[in-house]
Amino acid sequence: MSIVTSPRFRSSPAESWPGYRLPVREPLRLDCGIDFGPFTIAYQTYGTLNPDRSNAVLVCHALSGDQYAADPHPITGKPGWWQSLIGPGRVLDTDRYFLICANVLGGCMGTTGPQEVNPATGEPWALSFPVITIRDMVRAQKRLIEHLEIDSLFCVIGGSMGAMQVLQWAASYPDCIFAAVPLAGAARHSAQNIAFHEVGRQAIMADPDWCGGRYLSLGRNPVQGLAVARMAAHITYLSEAALHRKFGRNLQDRLSVTYGFDADFQVESYLRHQGSTFVDRFDANSYLYITRAMDYFDLAAEHDGSLASAFNGTRSRFCIISFTSDWLFPTSESRQIVHALNAAAANVSFVEIATDNGHDAFLLHEPELFETLRGFLNGCAEHRGLGRSP
Amino acid sequence: MAAPGESAALGFGASAQARKAAGGSELRQDLRLIADMIEPKSRVLDIGCGDGALLAYLTRCKSVDGRGIELSQSGVNACVGHGLSVIQGDADRDLEAYPTGAFDVVVLSQTLPATRRPRHVIEALVRIGRRAIVSFPNFGFWRIRLRLLTTGRMPVSTCLAYPWYETPNIHLCTIRDFVALCDELGVRVERSVTLDRHGQPYSLDPRGSLANLLAEQGIFVLCGTRGETDPVRMSGRGASPSGERGKPARHRAVERNREAR
Repeated sequence: MSIVTSPRFRSSPAESWPGYRLPVREPLRLDCGIDFGPFTIAYQTYGTLNPDRSNAVLVCHALSGDQYAADPHPITGKPGWWQSLIGPGRVLDTDRYFLICANVLGGCMGTTGPQEVNPATGEPWALSFPVITIRDMVRAQKRLIEHLEIDSLFCVIGGSMGAMQVLQWAASYPDCIFAAVPLAGAARHSAQNIAFHEVGRQAIMADPDWCGGRYLSLGRNPVQGLAVARMAAHITYLSEAALHRKFGRNLQDRLSVTYGFDADFQVESYLRHQGSTFVDRFDANSYLYITRAMDYFDLAAEHDGSLASAFNGTRSRFCIISFTSDWLFPTSESRQIVHALNAAAANVSFVEIATDNGHDAFLLHEPELFETLRGFLNGCAEHRGLGRSP
Repeated sequence: MAAPGESAALGFGASAQARKAAGGSELRQDLRLIADMIEPKSRVLDIGCGDGALLAYLTRCKSVDGRGIELSQSGVNACVGHGLSVIQGDADRDLEAYPTGAFDVVVLSQTLPATRRPRHVIEALVRIGRRAIVSFPNFGFWRIRLRLLTTGRMPVSTCLAYPWYETPNIHLCTIRDFVALCDELGVRVERSVTLDRHGQPYSLDPRGSLANLLAEQGIFVLCGTRGETDPVRMSGRGASPSGERGKPARHRAVERNREAR
């Protein structure tokens, strides 16, 4: 039973999507040793940069996110993934802060990734695209921040893979960030999480339409594999309690089971829907590359195994946030970051939010999360001289 | 453990106090005495900070670089929501990560009896702070003794507000017990203030039996063997300078340790 009923291709050309595009000419030295470039960074901004250039907030998106944090998605038309957090008077107040959100290196919403054409061959990069890391993504973002002539970001904030980028920013460019807010994150990707990613990648690569990664050149698209990858991943973003609350064992549009393999249960139908809509907006090879970047992330390893040394001498103010029902990036991972920051005598706050929404909680309207973030950011803004909340 | 926004040992609500502290200058009497012992602009760690009344006061009135640790999630969220740097954690588990001498002053207010390993905690306090300020309810207070003697039941008071079956205070001690432990650990008692049941400070020798009988609470300024310079004010209300008491204490401890060997 196919999840995606007809072959689909991402239609609208990236050039027509809203937002900005920065061509970067100077190559970037990647962790894999390759000098990569020129390349393009696609990004969105919200609010206005103040004359001191001191109110900039870099928002880092997660694995399946993009730069459209607070405006309608150009392909799906759905509201931005942090629409509830960003806007005038909201927690990330666009009347007060200048928000920047860039599509990550390797992404598929305008920043150079494996689906873009390699100028050297005239063909899409596909698997000839270099394997990138979280640190490479952050290096690319640093280029963007330099281009915007911002010496010091007021805050870097993000959830999940976004949290990894926040931590990398704090370790790589401590003098450039005043505050750091990693939500539902970890300083390294766990074995369990690598395992889940491998299931997703294998699903993509097992799709006959993947064609060794060359599907774009051949006019094909491994949508079935990508949909299965998304379905498997989506389960990890929820909690058993949330699944039970939303779906239980309820049947989908029928009174009894059909003794077949159709989507009898609502939870099956929901997952299939998640899978089939994801393929409209995401590139399969991008999914391989970005999950790999997360797998490779281990901040302590860059510092001889000591996470505390990654933060030595930092003067940034940290707010670490985890969620009780998040089993993908559990509180214990956040607590390790907190202990490392304590060992580095850093200024750190740590809050665990009680919710049954699982890992996805950082994307949802969690009143306690919003209040905590608002308080932390207000406190930082006062220290930064950005004045009290209007 | 402690209900949200309450110190473990003290039963009365810290919430209202915290709100006052955020707007005005009202502070619970024992916290006020502790605040008076802390020099402006010091680095302070408040362990068991509740909803941040002391930290908020110190940050606002003394420009300290303040951090907090609090067990109750609602307490932590309230603190962070007010712009204070506080982590969710507890004294038993989360002190090890801090480097030696990380803070000028470490405060443990009304939390010691709720810790699993008080001895370990006291050692950690004087390691990570150049000074530690510890306050706790005195189980040797005459009213507590009398209640136990006359009723034969576990005392419940304003200071020890919980019945035995739900109290977070699992390691109650008297002032003499506390001083004896400090001696055993080689921790110097630099200064002490004893409070009567109206929160008024007394100047009584903490080693004497009178203090142990009359004080409902004790506030102690401790330091390990490292600290020399002093961010803690030596002269304060109702307390005598520590010099006379502190040094002999250490000498006595050394002698006792020798005897033990």
